[in-house]
Amino acid sequence: MASEEMEQLVRREYKQGFVTDIESETVPPGLDESVIAFISQKKGEPEWMLEWRLEAYRQWLKMTPPSWAHLEYPPIDYQAISYFSAPKKPEDRPQSLDEVDPKLLETYEKLGIPLHERAALAGVAVDAVFDSVSVTTTFKEKLAEAGVIFCSISEAIREYPELVRQYLGTVVPRSDNYFAALNSAVFTDGSFVYVPEGVTCPMELSTYFRINAANTGQFERTLIVCDNKAQVSYLEGCTAPQRDENQLHAAVVELVALEEAYIKYSTVQNWYPGDEDGKGGIYNFVTKRGDCRGDRSRISWTQVETGSAITWKYPSCMLRGKESIGEFYSVAVTNGRQQADTGTKMIHIGEGTRSTIVAKGIAAGRSDQAYRGLVKIGPRAKGARNYTQCDSLLIGDQCGAHTFPYQEIGNSSATVEHEATTSKIADDQLFYCRARGIDEEDAVSMIVNGFCKDVFQELPMEFAVEAEALLNVTLEGSVG
Amino acid sequence: MSAPERFLERLNARRENDPSWVAARRQAGAARFAAVGFPTRRDEAWKYTDVRAIAEGDFALAADAEFLAERLAACALELDAHRLVLVDGRFNAELSSLDALPAGVSVTPLSQALEANHEQVGGSLGRLAGVDFSAFTALNTAFADEGAVVRLAPGTVVDKPIYVVLISRANEQAVMSHPRVLIEAGARSEATVIEHYAGESGAANFTNVVTEALLERGAIVNHYKLQEAALGDLHVASIHVDQSRDSRFNSFNLNLGGSLVRTDLVTDLNAEGAEAAYYGLFFLQGRQHVDNHTLVNHNAPRTFSNESYKGILDDRSHGVFNGKVYVKKDAQQIEAYQNNANLLLSDRAEIDTKPELVIYADDVKCSHGATTGQLDEEAVYALRTRGIDVAMARGLLTLAFAGEVMEQVKLNEIAERVERAVAGRLPERFNLADLVETAEAVQEA
Amino acid sequence: MLEVKDLHVTVEGKAILKGLDLTVQPGEVHAIMGPNGAGKSTLSAVIAGKDGYEVTQGSILFEGQDVLEMEIEERARAGLLLGFQYPIEIPGVKNIYLLKAALNAAREARGEGEIPAPEFMKLVREKSAEMQMDPSFLQRAVNEGFSGGEKKRNEILQMLVLQPKLAMLDEIDSGLDIDAMKVVANGVNSLRSADRAILLVTHYQRLLNHIEPDRVHVLVDGRIVKSGDKSLALELEARGYDWVLEESVA
Repeated sequence: MASEEMEQLVRREYKQGFVTDIESETVPPGLDESVIAFISQKKGEPEWMLEWRLEAYRQWLKMTPPSWAHLEYPPIDYQAISYFSAPKKPEDRPQSLDEVDPKLLETYEKLGIPLHERAALAGVAVDAVFDSVSVTTTFKEKLAEAGVIFCSISEAIREYPELVRQYLGTVVPRSDNYFAALNSAVFTDGSFVYVPEGVTCPMELSTYFRINAANTGQFERTLIVCDNKAQVSYLEGCTAPQRDENQLHAAVVELVALEEAYIKYSTVQNWYPGDEDGKGGIYNFVTKRGDCRGDRSRISWTQVETGSAITWKYPSCMLRGKESIGEFYSVAVTNGRQQADTGTKMIHIGEGTRSTIVAKGIAAGRSDQAYRGLVKIGPRAKGARNYTQCDSLLIGDQCGAHTFPYQEIGNSSATVEHEATTSKIADDQLFYCRARGIDEEDAVSMIVNGFCKDVFQELPMEFAVEAEALLNVTLEGSVG
Repeated sequence: MSAPERFLERLNARRENDPSWVAARRQAGAARFAAVGFPTRRDEAWKYTDVRAIAEGDFALAADAEFLAERLAACALELDAHRLVLVDGRFNAELSSLDALPAGVSVTPLSQALEANHEQVGGSLGRLAGVDFSAFTALNTAFADEGAVVRLAPGTVVDKPIYVVLISRANEQAVMSHPRVLIEAGARSEATVIEHYAGESGAANFTNVVTEALLERGAIVNHYKLQEAALGDLHVASIHVDQSRDSRFNSFNLNLGGSLVRTDLVTDLNAEGAEAAYYGLFFLQGRQHVDNHTLVNHNAPRTFSNESYKGILDDRSHGVFNGKVYVKKDAQQIEAYQNNANLLLSDRAEIDTKPELVIYADDVKCSHGATTGQLDEEAVYALRTRGIDVAMARGLLTLAFAGEVMEQVKLNEIAERVERAVAGRLPERFNLADLVETAEAVQEA
Repeated sequence: MLEVKDLHVTVEGKAILKGLDLTVQPGEVHAIMGPNGAGKSTLSAVIAGKDGYEVTQGSILFEGQDVLEMEIEERARAGLLLGFQYPIEIPGVKNIYLLKAALNAAREARGEGEIPAPEFMKLVREKSAEMQMDPSFLQRAVNEGFSGGEKKRNEILQMLVLQPKLAMLDEIDSGLDIDAMKVVANGVNSLRSADRAILLVTHYQRLLNHIEPDRVHVLVDGRIVKSGDKSLALELEARGYDWVLEESVA
């Protein structure tokens, strides 16, 4: 690999880097109980919700940030972050796409997410989170017909308090970890989905998260509940504008699958990774967990992670129900000075539970990435099975790729298999492609895409195309 | 009094005729140990191993090294070897046989080596295992006054294995020992060194051993750690290896005994062509707890490592495997393979395994795998069609599972002993030991 | 000795054997021939007790005992031994372990004591020499890294040591060159005796030039459609299987 071409890799620019100029209403930086009360009041929340938040805040104060991950970053000043930012006049929020600020739509265009087109052509309902407040929700009627609730979490707290109260914080408790506690205290938006018994959600649900205002952390909270024999596929895309300072993103996603329910959660994360010197970029500290509560339920996480300066993320499955299934398919690409410590946890509690983990890591530039996973087989998980495959590809000699798989096995009838490899793109593979007339960059792109194929094929069709494109952009010029 | 204070108090009872540098080191070790104390499960490296059984114990230092020759014969290997015997950490000259050493080889009890020429020992001792490695190496540094020093002059190939037997007696008052083993293998020298932990079945002592091995260019060392201590013994060991160009270190870590056993094995591959092979087997029963932590540092390009650890766990035993391969930046064209396979024979047994890769170079071939599972049902069927019942078929296949590591063991006396021990301890009603003996008889005929 | 009556077997819901009848007397050598997929291997697998084969109708009696009620190892100890078409590799389990464990299990079942070690050693050495196998084979893991021919010879070696009453050999000639086939055939022939029966399952007539059968059966689509003496095998070799099929339909 020529060093000149290697350098090109580091020089690529963030294509989604621009700032949308919409007046925001933002609270001054800092966090105390009054800020939380302000957020709760702004959202028109009931008293119990405020209490819930304050309890989380008080627990958070007693906690310390985790230090075990293979990540390096300066301590975060939580008093320098603004915890609420909403487009002005929230009460006048647009009721349909026509009313949406054209500038916002333009933003989505630039992102390559033509909202209405996507909505109309692909039949995807989009609950777009634009700096903390849900701007618009489409296809609500069609979903309502099927009995599916799909709205912002704030709306759900107001409209469906019983459902929210029943499930919120039951998968990721408030004190689960430092960032989950912070999120529980200050979360401002996110999605709520409830699919009633026996219903297969008639369309894929999609949310695009975007961090816009400077100095605002994004703390969205997503809760998806699939009742008995219900099914849903949920798509999450994330992106943020280019800024010099680091922005904190600490989301919590909770999934609940009851008997024979199936939740498929796909993420394409392309947040601003910072510049080539590691300046700016998103700190992505996310807690995602699915609870397979019912027998034969299934939760599937698929993620393509190409963005963020730092990623700390372990979408997990609690396999409680008999014969429930957990899946994790992940592609993580790091370049420049990005750092990622990501993986999954599969906690086998019920009999006959099964899990599959396929994690592909590609490290380029001066980036560092780690796969960290836990497979735990409890004493009652008779006949549990796990298969883990975990491969890393290194591009260039300035990056690092690490694997930390934990296996805790307490049942003799369990079968747990873990395989991992680390390699570079073989010269003979490149040679072979070039000898067939394919230029080097395309050859690398082909090989890398082939390397990720097992994961891409788990993504919904449109996302798969986008993921491949994103991968190519991220690795642009990274090879010679 | 805190646990570290209680341990260090014993240090005051020691005789004080150390050379000044040794005394200084003891102080450094004691200070470090006092500062860090015993590790807890909050320490990542001790996440699965609770050492309270050691920290809360009361261990004296052995007053003598008496042991009957018949007793030694009953637990030691029947091996034509150069033998050095430590009893509860103290040298027993009568039971040792170090008279027939060929030219270029010295095997000396540490106490004598310090007495004869302490400067020479001082250069190497503690070079690889400083007080910072763990609380236990610090503790060892504070106490170590006995052990084995093995020196091979360049080009020396030792004819017979160097056999260090560490006996743990069934004492009224439990004792602790902190042996230190130092192996210095000169260029192109070749030797087999065995550390054999054995003893009386009623023993409940604490052994805290540190081994350092320095391999010069082209040296080959086969290192065996055969752990057959009593089921009440507590045992912490760390083995530190430093390898020069084209050297080869073959480690065999075979663990059958002990109630709580922790072994750290660390190799630094410092120059091109250096190669390390780690083979491990642990067979656990009752409430045995065995924790193996291995680390291979690929510090130079074109270095190689291969690791295979197997665990068989029965009853309420608990096994831990943590294997780490570290590839330094610019250590290109290295190959590192690691595998850990485990069989759980009981629902109350537990295995925690973590095969880690930390890689900072791109032109590498690294892979690791960890599997925990059951016996091959097809193979069980095939054996049954020959009239062998299910229990015995499973026993045979379990033995076979261990056999894949045992095949690598070049010393027949050790291979057969471990195979017999595994066969004899299998829970099934058939005693496979008889089969193993027949196989050996046929082979020898 | 062996009586198979109206045997119906399904595998994963699909009917493979559809009313098969077969009687084998002591001292006889029977050959079951037939095209691929006729159910030949299913028959021997069902008699040996392999999982996944469901007997929906019919019976198998061996010396008056209901074979279908017996555990896999009980069948082997009773003297019903199957030689596999594709012998499995069992890493780490030495041949010598398998032979001794199997032999002692059979002896114990017959109320005999364990074989004394010297006698056992003599026996296995003798029999391996007969199969032209180096004694070092005994120390190697069962079939691990063996060539196709070595695996088949190993199957016969097990028969010679265990001395079954009924030896079923499934495609024992497949993958063998002519020299290896002669060794295998000699081994099988040495098993022939007045109180022992042999059941050969084979696609080709070739083997039968070396092991002369008393009876030849043609198995087509789950049934025995024609039986005869050894000349039937020659006829099948010359004319193929189609004519038998036509004849049986007609």
